Amino acid sequence: MKPAAFKYMRADSLEEALSVLAKYGDDVRVMAGGQSLGAMLNMRIVSPSILLDINRIFALSKIESSDTLVTGAMVRQADALSDAIVRREAGLLAQALPHVGHYQTRNRGTLGGSVAHADPSAEIALVLATLGGEIELRSARRVRRVAAKQFFRSSLVTSRGGDELITALYWPGASPDQRTAFVEFAVREGDFAIVAIACVFQEVAGRMRLGFGGCGEVPQVVEIPITTGTSTRSVEEIAQHLSKQLECRSDLLASSDYRRSLATTLARNAMMASMEKARADA
Amino acid sequence: MLEVEAGAKTLIRFTLNGKPVQTEAETRMQLADLLRHVLKQYGTHVGCEHGICGACTVLVDGRAVRSCLMFAPQVEGATVITIEGIAGEDSELNDLQMAFRKHHALQCGFCTPGILASATQFLKERADVDEQETRGMLSGHICRCTGYSSIVEAILATAKSRKTQNHEPNSTERDK
Amino acid sequence: MAGSERWVGKSLERFEDAALLTGRARFMDDLEPAAGLCHAAILRSQHGCADIRSIDVAAALALPGVIGVLTPDDVAAMSNPIGNMVSRKLRYYPCAVGRARYFGEPIAVVIAENRYIAEDAVDLMEVSYVPKPAVVTIADALAPESTILHEEYGSNVVHERTFRYGDPDGEFIKAAKVVSCTVDYPRVNSTPIETYGVIADFDAGNGRYNVWSNFQGPYAMHPLVCDALRVRGQQLRLISSPSSGGSFGIKHGVYPYIVLIGLAARKVGRPVKWIEDRIEHLAASSAATGRATIIDGAFDETGHLLALRLKQTENVGAYLRPPDPASLYRMHSTLSGPYRVRHIAVENRVVVTNQVPSGLNRGFGGPQFYYPLERMMDLAARELGINPVELRLRNVVERFPYETPAGSVLESGNYRRCIELALERAGYTELVAQKERARREGGIFGIGMALAVETSASNMAYVNLALTPAQRSKQLPKSGAAGRARVIMDPLGAIIVHVDSLPNGQGHRTVVAQIVADEIGVKPEDVEVITDLDTFGGAWSITSGNYSNRFSTVVASAVAVAARMAARKLRAAAAKTFGVEAEAVQLLDGMASAAGASNEPVPIRRLAMQLHWDAGDLPDGVDGSISELAEFSPDTMTVPDEQDRMRSSLTYSFQCDLASVEVDAETGRVHVHKYVSAHDAGTLLNPAVVEGQLRGGFAHGFGAAMLERVIYAADGTLLSGTFQDYLCPTAPELPDLGVAHYATPSPNTIQGAKGLGDGCSMIAPVAMANAIGDATGLLDLTPPFLPGRLWELLRGGAPDLVLQRPNTPPPGESRKELSGALRGRGTVVIESARKRVWDALLDPEELRAIIPGCESIEQTSPETFRAQIRVSIAGIGALYEAQVRIFDRKAPERLRIAARGESKLGFGQGEAMVTLEETESGLTQLTYEYGADVGGRVATFGQRMLDGVVKVVLADFFDRLRAHIRGEKPAGSLRQRVRRLFAMLQAFRGRM
Repeated sequence: MKPAAFKYMRADSLEEALSVLAKYGDDVRVMAGGQSLGAMLNMRIVSPSILLDINRIFALSKIESSDTLVTGAMVRQADALSDAIVRREAGLLAQALPHVGHYQTRNRGTLGGSVAHADPSAEIALVLATLGGEIELRSARRVRRVAAKQFFRSSLVTSRGGDELITALYWPGASPDQRTAFVEFAVREGDFAIVAIACVFQEVAGRMRLGFGGCGEVPQVVEIPITTGTSTRSVEEIAQHLSKQLECRSDLLASSDYRRSLATTLARNAMMASMEKARADA
Repeated sequence: MLEVEAGAKTLIRFTLNGKPVQTEAETRMQLADLLRHVLKQYGTHVGCEHGICGACTVLVDGRAVRSCLMFAPQVEGATVITIEGIAGEDSELNDLQMAFRKHHALQCGFCTPGILASATQFLKERADVDEQETRGMLSGHICRCTGYSSIVEAILATAKSRKTQNHEPNSTERDK
Repeated sequence: MAGSERWVGKSLERFEDAALLTGRARFMDDLEPAAGLCHAAILRSQHGCADIRSIDVAAALALPGVIGVLTPDDVAAMSNPIGNMVSRKLRYYPCAVGRARYFGEPIAVVIAENRYIAEDAVDLMEVSYVPKPAVVTIADALAPESTILHEEYGSNVVHERTFRYGDPDGEFIKAAKVVSCTVDYPRVNSTPIETYGVIADFDAGNGRYNVWSNFQGPYAMHPLVCDALRVRGQQLRLISSPSSGGSFGIKHGVYPYIVLIGLAARKVGRPVKWIEDRIEHLAASSAATGRATIIDGAFDETGHLLALRLKQTENVGAYLRPPDPASLYRMHSTLSGPYRVRHIAVENRVVVTNQVPSGLNRGFGGPQFYYPLERMMDLAARELGINPVELRLRNVVERFPYETPAGSVLESGNYRRCIELALERAGYTELVAQKERARREGGIFGIGMALAVETSASNMAYVNLALTPAQRSKQLPKSGAAGRARVIMDPLGAIIVHVDSLPNGQGHRTVVAQIVADEIGVKPEDVEVITDLDTFGGAWSITSGNYSNRFSTVVASAVAVAARMAARKLRAAAAKTFGVEAEAVQLLDGMASAAGASNEPVPIRRLAMQLHWDAGDLPDGVDGSISELAEFSPDTMTVPDEQDRMRSSLTYSFQCDLASVEVDAETGRVHVHKYVSAHDAGTLLNPAVVEGQLRGGFAHGFGAAMLERVIYAADGTLLSGTFQDYLCPTAPELPDLGVAHYATPSPNTIQGAKGLGDGCSMIAPVAMANAIGDATGLLDLTPPFLPGRLWELLRGGAPDLVLQRPNTPPPGESRKELSGALRGRGTVVIESARKRVWDALLDPEELRAIIPGCESIEQTSPETFRAQIRVSIAGIGALYEAQVRIFDRKAPERLRIAARGESKLGFGQGEAMVTLEETESGLTQLTYEYGADVGGRVATFGQRMLDGVVKVVLADFFDRLRAHIRGEKPAGSLRQRVRRLFAMLQAFRGRM
């Protein structure tokens, strides 16, 4: 199980990387943390003519927060997990990160790489979509920011152009009344989620955003009005109602019915958890 | 920018177990193969080559990573520690390795070097570890022999004894 | 026997560990034993069943760095098929000669300067396949219309035999209650972390193959491999790797690769190394047999089991590979399990399917047998209204030795006490109370028990039960189950012990040192134990190897015998010095002494020197060489008699597992609340090593119960081909295991040890099933109890919706229903008249422009097209040779398209029903509904993604159709078209 030969290009700067992409476009496969790509290369299900290694573009490893938390594409998952700013500004991401792969893959895997790979079960993509975050894409020609909702198109398919590189992720700031919850169901710890739910409850605004991951090909996000006073029974009904409208895939581990049922259960649990936090803090 | 044509070799310089290394390899070569078959450090084992089993885990710049998912030129300039260098120079076995032996935390020993790499980082990062957290860290490794409980015991025991040792300078004072 | 301190029975730290913990231990892939080593990669079948029309190796051979290619023609010309005990017509070569019969079967071997180049060359080889409908399940194998895997043999049923002990029919008539249970036990793979490896070098001068491998025995395979390679015994030198990274039985299955790589080395004239990768391992190493069993139990009104009736159908995969059908017969003389039942009827059948061939995997035939037996006991308890624990207690064997109806002699034990121990350890009374409490609160809580007798040190003669007594009479009887050891002392007193147990990580070196230390009166660290095996030296026989718990039984006994032989000589030498009788000499703590003698004690190492230097002056019958070879081969073992009764194993351990679980109805997740395993394995030689075996066995058993299965799609594609899909338990999944021991020493071994290497792997699946059955009330339970499967069962559905698809008929056959596991539909509105759209769909020139990645297309008949299409999603792409057929046409309203394509990455076939409707505004609404199946490598690696990928590819096609008709030039890459596509995908995605 050895990769096919590729031309190896290691960019030392963003400009270098973008010029490679401008020149070779779809012939290039960008390697960030490589925790999915490395396996696909070894299995030879992906055999690009050029592998562009962006691990030395240190400018992409920054975590910054002015108005909005911005994480460079090459921020390692482990670093994000232990970062105080991330914990403060994007609590939902901090809650989701322990579910991403394993201790060892988080040491190497990156936030941007996970978003670029667009696995239907990816937690980082789910959180980004649920928070209404954006993906910064750069090419030699331009910079653009795409809402996560528009970015993910299908399993492994995104709207990134062949000459574009994901450079940063924008995580909208949390309002003071915001309470979040992240729950996930996988067969084994670290496995791809069969269903993952990201939940953002804005108590004062009386709104809740729920992101469903693992169900369909891409994260599915919905916003509903709800208050802390909502009864358990109503929460249950809402969860059921929302799950009915979900796109749910079938695979070896889960039929679409099972996914839908799990989505109901987990959505209920996530809603209850976020509301409980709000009540506890009040 | 480094640019290496498909099939060509490139020069790679890094620190392996405390010693500088300079070698050449094709860029598609897995780090695991570089360590084993080029540098003849056979203690790193390869179990799945798709990043799940964890047998090939080594420490790159202090972090436990899959050496099957990294390619040779990616360690340029890095500090790599494999099982051969995990104990350091002072003794054959360090406290963690001795705990593994004491607790029978290995049988065939094929997955062990990777687990030791992960546990090394894990124990370095934290003074207190609990069983659940330890099992979570171990979920990135597959061991088919032991059923894991002895591995968990060895890691917890090491953490405990390190914590005690770190407090030792004060122990005489406490005794008073 | 001497020694103030007994070493046997102590939990010594292992001598193996220092090297393993520092990276100094050497495994198979660490070896470079021959100069000029080159490397092999294997081209493998991507079909479950396909005739191979041709293999084009020219491009591979032309690649720089490639040394040669071994083809099936070479293999057929250079070797004999590997023999089996049933028929020569079931030809088994180590690669696919003429027909590939399972996914991943080797086809050809590339030998190159390194593995990377070898794999490059594999990709350059072109195989022309003629796929056949795959025979995937036992039901497929038996269906009259199915493909016959081995046409020369003429049937997929390759073995049938019936057996009768006592008067089962009479007992079933008398029975107050007959309880029946049907089980289709799945296949599992013990998958150690080190895979197979072989290095072969052919010495043309003497026609000898020198082979290094991590083969684990039994060495009965050595003559088999010699026969396949067409050489005599001295022309196959087999050398084991110094360390082996786990096996659990499966590394017996490396032997076909010894043939294959041996032939490759011979062909290229250089030493060749082949290290199996994980993908190869999961697809093509070996797996335990699958078994469909119908078991009936006849009970009297008080719950006594009177008779058993078993109908067993064994799935051995594509070939009957030795030692199978041994899996089916390993438990045969112990089919009564731990129970006193005297009347047993058995109908056995073995079928071949398009799956990986079977072989030794932990438990070897045990789980497949105990699962139905112990499920039936639970169902019986339910029907009889007796507590399942009580029912078992009423039926277990009470007096030992006990001869079973089929001839086993359970030599010692106290089953009742061992069960009670498990109950005590688990706090059974409290568990029952807890269950009642939980149930009152709506919890789904259950308790399950399972019992097993574990056979150890088998003599392999049980395989001969597959033959009739008449057939057997023509064969050499095989009663031996020998263990061998040699104890050597050099003039300086160093003690070196060779054993033939070929460990894969169990710590044999440590335990052997403990035994020898006790016998010779030294410390374990004074004993150097060599476990390497070389057929050109050392203490090996055909029974050598690591299987059937032979270490703690026959090998440990042989070690003691050899050490006693050495001690006898030491005593003789000391007796001369002390002037006493040899019996008066005591060997203790490294010193020899004699009560009553005036001499000071003498160091034992000095005695060794004395024996070496002064051999001329020793008593009669004692010579100076301390090189003592012992074979321990108990004469209590027998071969099958005329009534098919035999005692095939030396010792019989007992175990009782008890599990309590709580099932989460919402998720189908099983929470193990308590799991206890009580064992009677006789004397424990090193309790920590024993504990390691138990916990490891439990991990395998629990994995089989909850997570693991070898699983194929209906087209024969393996769906459990990576560690992402073959789910080994990791640390968080394994519950705590409570262990208890009740030791009744075996009279049949020197130390009284029995075996327990299989341990919980045999009954953890059924203990879990019984607990889940008790909790949920579900009667029909087949592992693994993955949350999704259990959830489906709890709602009354079938556990494997995705897999329940019929064997797909060739595409294009007129049927109402679409077939295929991947389903979907889509709609696109095209700004054009219906006729225009219709024409575009049927015109090759237009289709070429429309079909994404279409490199060529030609019409081969009014209804058929042939095309070359490059399909690529997210860089996962390959060139597919596709055949397309259009039928059920009703111009310009509807048509059906069937297509099939094949590439290096995999193959796909599917059908779409397309309808064209005119909208009110004169546009055309095109609706398509499809069913598709994807197989081969891409399906093995990307099963989770297929649904989405097929959806995107089809949506893309119809979008391009629309763009083409509008006169737009479809953009080059999928990525650039994705914006439009996204809008279309929304059409059938839940709007949220």
